[in-house]
Amino acid sequence: MTAGTLEIRRDGERIDLVAAGSWTASHAHALEGLVETAEKAGPGPRQVDLAGLGEMDTFGAWLVQRLVRSGGGDGEASIVGVRESYRDLLSRVAATNRRTPRRRTSETGFGGWLRSIGRSVEGLGGELTTFVQMLGAVAVAIVRTLAHPRSFRLTSFVNQLDRVGLRAVPIILLVTVLIGGIIAQQGFFHFRKFGADDYVVDMVGILVLREIGVLIVAIMVAGRSGSSYTAELGSMKMREEIDALQTMGRDPVQVLILPRIAALVVALPILAFLGSMAALYGGLLVAWGYGGMDQLIYLARLREAVSLTHFDVGMIKAPFMALVIGIVACSEGMRVKGSAESLGLQTTVSVVKSIFLVIVLDGFFAIFFASIGM
Amino acid sequence: MTLGGANPAISVRDLVVGFGDHTVLDRLSLDVRSGEILGVVGASGGGKSVFLRTMIGLVPKRSGQVVLLGTDLDRASDADLRGLERRWGVLFQHGALFSSLTVRQNVQFPMREYLGISQRLMDEVTLAKLEMVGLGPDDLDKFPSELSGGMTKRVALARALALDPEIVFLDEPTSGLDPISAGEFDELIRTLQTTLKLTVFMVTHDLDSLRTICDRIAVLSDGRIVTVGPLAAMYESDHPWVKSYFGGERASLHFSAAAATEV
Repeated sequence: MTAGTLEIRRDGERIDLVAAGSWTASHAHALEGLVETAEKAGPGPRQVDLAGLGEMDTFGAWLVQRLVRSGGGDGEASIVGVRESYRDLLSRVAATNRRTPRRRTSETGFGGWLRSIGRSVEGLGGELTTFVQMLGAVAVAIVRTLAHPRSFRLTSFVNQLDRVGLRAVPIILLVTVLIGGIIAQQGFFHFRKFGADDYVVDMVGILVLREIGVLIVAIMVAGRSGSSYTAELGSMKMREEIDALQTMGRDPVQVLILPRIAALVVALPILAFLGSMAALYGGLLVAWGYGGMDQLIYLARLREAVSLTHFDVGMIKAPFMALVIGIVACSEGMRVKGSAESLGLQTTVSVVKSIFLVIVLDGFFAIFFASIGM
Repeated sequence: MTLGGANPAISVRDLVVGFGDHTVLDRLSLDVRSGEILGVVGASGGGKSVFLRTMIGLVPKRSGQVVLLGTDLDRASDADLRGLERRWGVLFQHGALFSSLTVRQNVQFPMREYLGISQRLMDEVTLAKLEMVGLGPDDLDKFPSELSGGMTKRVALARALALDPEIVFLDEPTSGLDPISAGEFDELIRTLQTTLKLTVFMVTHDLDSLRTICDRIAVLSDGRIVTVGPLAAMYESDHPWVKSYFGGERASLHFSAAAATEV
């Protein structure tokens, strides 16, 4: 295959463009340069001579078409010497690119940046509405289920409970033991400077029971189970399974979302309890191994330091956090559109948003409990 | 078995493909002539798609030989294979468009990989190809999720044709389209095939496609090609599956109606 060539000959007023060799995709790079030179050959009528042409494909045909259109104000150049087998291709390509495509306006620069900020602020209201809508839909589903208890999806609930509860136990225990240990180690390291070793137990006990235990567990559950809820519901939405459910007269909220959220609301307090206990145990291990404190002394100090109130404060928060995680995860799942990219985006949004909301909620609870003296 | 001309575009000899204990293709042999449209029919789950996917290297074969455009896939070096991949295009059953890319970017994807041409030329050729498959400049910046089934197939065809390949593999090109769109799509394949001098290997179930655009039909049954030939030869076959497929009620309704309109 000889590379394509283009020769520019001037014949008085007329410009002759003589093409030869193969005008195919693999030579398109070189040919493009030749065609650009020919386009700039100046005014005057043109004639494109294709008699010496070897092979031609769509790329070649389009480049020939560019030569034909290069005449500018003088109208289109004529083609001579076209082989019969290429006539069809040339005429089809000649019909294309007549209308210039309207590019979608892409936003760049400072204006675009401002606009995108504005749009996200505007979107905040929408986010809130989605959350409240899902909360309302779940409330309606709960009322309906209470009216007809048999309509509750018990099998699905138990299955979800197994997935988000039981199977999460090992990783939650592992992480919380480490967290408890780390808090205790930091406590001993810094408190020792002013001889306050004993107060490490108070710190570990109160911090773990009131805040860290439930918060760490909620964040882990949001990342582990919230994301899987979003991805599951999202892919069901993509494959029209949710539409199918609706046409069969079943409410997707009642069938899919309620058992999932209920499972979370039941599982998270249990996990938070186990996590808090594991964190206290982690603290004990570090106090014994690193702080040189006897295990019995640790337990005795713990008994003095914490009261049932601290435990209550932590446990009361757990179901609310579960509700927030469940609602965010399910509503983000229902917002997935057709593409794989949208599924990924919505899953990310779900995790980020539920972790953020869990922390905000924790802050509100802190203010609330402080003001009622718990 | 009819053999093609001196240089068949695709030549398959004694191909064996299986999964576990299950043998899907059992010593299958077939030639596809240069510049023809060959339709492959066969029972659902009978290995048509496996056959297609084996030829383009997506499914490993147990034994046998596949020669595409004169290159034996087993003996070819990596560089040869990459060169060869440029010379065929594949239209997957569901389009397989990249969902994160626009129509324009989908069609330009192979061009960007293989050809060092300017963005302007890529844009122009992309639009030319889209217009050749019946789409317009307004569709360029759409995402695959915004396209209808027929449009998806058209964009997928434009992408399969992006590098002006010599062979196009079509996996059920008209499935999921209404009869009118399916007819238009068949017409389109035929026009492009004559314009671009393509060799088309097509897996299909569509009796209309078989009747209107296929030059030859190959019937895949029990892991082998049992008959190859033009439509007329199918009626004369004694093979029970071929008989029930082309002699069945659906088919005879189809072809007698078609014959009536042609008279």
